[in-house]
Amino acid sequence: MSLPGASAALPWQLSDTATRRVRRRKRANVRFQVYGIGAIVIGLAILAILLATVIGKGTGAFVQTRITLDVAFNEKIIDPDGSRDPVKLGQADYAALLKEAVAASFPAVTARQDKRDLQKLFSGDARYELRDMVVNDPSIIGTTRSVSLLAASDTDIFAKGSMARDIAEGDRRLTDKQIAWIDELVAKNALETNFNWSFFTNADSRAPESAGIGGALIGSFYTLLITLAVCFPIGMMAAVYLEEFAPKNRLTDLIEVNINNLAAVPSIIFGLLGLAIFIQAFHLPRSAPLVGGLTLALMILPTIIVVTRAALKAVPPSIREAAYGVGASPIQVVTHHVLPLAVPGIATGTIIGMARALGETAPLLIIGMVAFIVDFPGGPTDAATVLPVQIFLWADSPERGFEEKTAAGIMVLLAFLILMNAIAIYLRKRFEVRW
Amino acid sequence: MTEREPDMMPEAEVEAETPETQYRASFSLKTKDAAGTGADAAVPAKVTARDVCVFYGKKQALFNVNLDVAQHRVTALIGPSGCGKSTFLRCINRMNDTIDGCRVQGEVRLDGVDVNQKNIDVVQLRSRIGMVFQKPNPFPKSIYENVAYGPRIHGLAANGRELDEIVEQSLRRAGLFDEVHDRLHSPGTSLSGGQQQRLCIARAIAISPELILMDEPCSSLDPIATAKIEELIDELRSRFTIVIVTHNMQQAARVSQYTAFFHLGHLVEFGSTEYIFTNPTEERTQDYITGRFG
Repeated sequence: MSLPGASAALPWQLSDTATRRVRRRKRANVRFQVYGIGAIVIGLAILAILLATVIGKGTGAFVQTRITLDVAFNEKIIDPDGSRDPVKLGQADYAALLKEAVAASFPAVTARQDKRDLQKLFSGDARYELRDMVVNDPSIIGTTRSVSLLAASDTDIFAKGSMARDIAEGDRRLTDKQIAWIDELVAKNALETNFNWSFFTNADSRAPESAGIGGALIGSFYTLLITLAVCFPIGMMAAVYLEEFAPKNRLTDLIEVNINNLAAVPSIIFGLLGLAIFIQAFHLPRSAPLVGGLTLALMILPTIIVVTRAALKAVPPSIREAAYGVGASPIQVVTHHVLPLAVPGIATGTIIGMARALGETAPLLIIGMVAFIVDFPGGPTDAATVLPVQIFLWADSPERGFEEKTAAGIMVLLAFLILMNAIAIYLRKRFEVRW
Repeated sequence: MTEREPDMMPEAEVEAETPETQYRASFSLKTKDAAGTGADAAVPAKVTARDVCVFYGKKQALFNVNLDVAQHRVTALIGPSGCGKSTFLRCINRMNDTIDGCRVQGEVRLDGVDVNQKNIDVVQLRSRIGMVFQKPNPFPKSIYENVAYGPRIHGLAANGRELDEIVEQSLRRAGLFDEVHDRLHSPGTSLSGGQQQRLCIARAIAISPELILMDEPCSSLDPIATAKIEELIDELRSRFTIVIVTHNMQQAARVSQYTAFFHLGHLVEFGSTEYIFTNPTEERTQDYITGRFG
């Protein structure tokens, strides 16, 4: 709809001061938007730098360098008496077998020191790979096979191009000769890189090339299981009681204030509490997911209670009245109506609480989950480590090869955190009830 | 405050102790207008309230209310906002229990039994009293589940077929069945406001209550939906006793047989609707119904 002459000048004239005021207002508006967008851009840039650094450093850990070598499974070394006893097969001198195979494929290398340096291109764990092959299939004894063996961390780093070859020999971990041998292997097509499954299936190791996050994943799993099993029922019952049944008096007010305060207590304090109660008073095993899980449960219990209460509070009172109106008992009102409606909120809060527990390091350091553990935990009472502590341990290690493991560990942890938050968002959207 | 004839009080107290039937038979609705209009002088009382006082914390919301609700009649409670009419309504099915710091004194008797007695199970009580709220508040479940919930928790249906029957009958009585019979399993919240309110009425009558309390059931509805609900109230009267709180004086005049006027926590006047609207004794009632305040 257009008024006559609407496209022409306004039928009324603004005074000068009014025009200035309008201009100033518009400028302020633009300025405000610029500040807002600027803040977002800075935030995104910092996030991008963080992610780029972590991903740039960590992707290498998902690839592993292996060297293909013709290995003669010499019966004299492996099984001199020919008994094929698995125990004896397991204890044979596979280092010697490897030494022989390496010497055979580099006949030109004769000096003792050179031989030793050549040997160092292979991981110290390569001999265990040979052992496992023999134990799994004793029939290969006496044959010669082309075997792909784990390369040492330095070889790995060099093969991935992370070590410059043009710096002085004394400043790098590989000698000129070793580099020449690697080039020879590359020329023979004996050096290959493939996806590093063992990063997920191995536990920690002193050798960077065979250290994996698997043990920490299992440890985190058991820890979170204990945390969830302890804090979810307790937190939910406490929240439901406080929100729906407890009389509102000074005592419940005091409890409420304290719960809110506990949610903000630094996590390391909970670590000290866990140490004093679970380890020193109850003598539970040190460094075990059981203790870690209980400690983290203490830590996120207040969060769970607060979130659950908020979810219960968000259920409109009219639903409660309606249920009371048809003669539902208080328990029925809660279990039939209020709780089902609050479930998305409770689940979201719980998952976010668990994500916090997954990323928590400080309290676990205090209760001794910082140990170097090469075995997979078989249950919640076995010694174990968890993801963030594993990252902490690797970041603390001097070997160059652990640098990419640290970043890769962070990537795995971030992936789990993003996954958990995504599930929380999905649940919230999926089961959100509108009325 | 109703000034009852002095001889009525002891009589009522004596009756309270006699068996229910006797009590009902002997009771006659005596209010201020008893001498004057005398309408339905022998209707038995479903609910009798004596000296009901309600406190929210330290604040007193109701002052010595004495009121009788006639069986199979519609009693309207009118008055300006905050006058205590909803509070009184909620005394009858003890919904005030759910409010923190709310205290009820005096006695409210349903069929002669004091609802505030210690040995009265509040769930049992509410299963005899349906309630419809100001804002339609269906459960966020299917239409069927909304109506079936009450009968289910009270074990009114022996099997699924019986439950289906109760649901259908309740929806029919609430005048909703024809509109929703082909989508009983779609969510109750998907209905229009007026339909939702009728669903809430169906939910209330599904537990076969004797008394239905309605707290401004039409305040959030348009005139057409309101007309439907009013029609429904008139129909329901033959089976149920109804107490309705309303802000709408025309509505009170249209649907009710008895009207109680509350002001500032006091029951100012109570009598047949005709009497209250045409010839009230109290000046405040007169002022309110003619729109001079409120």
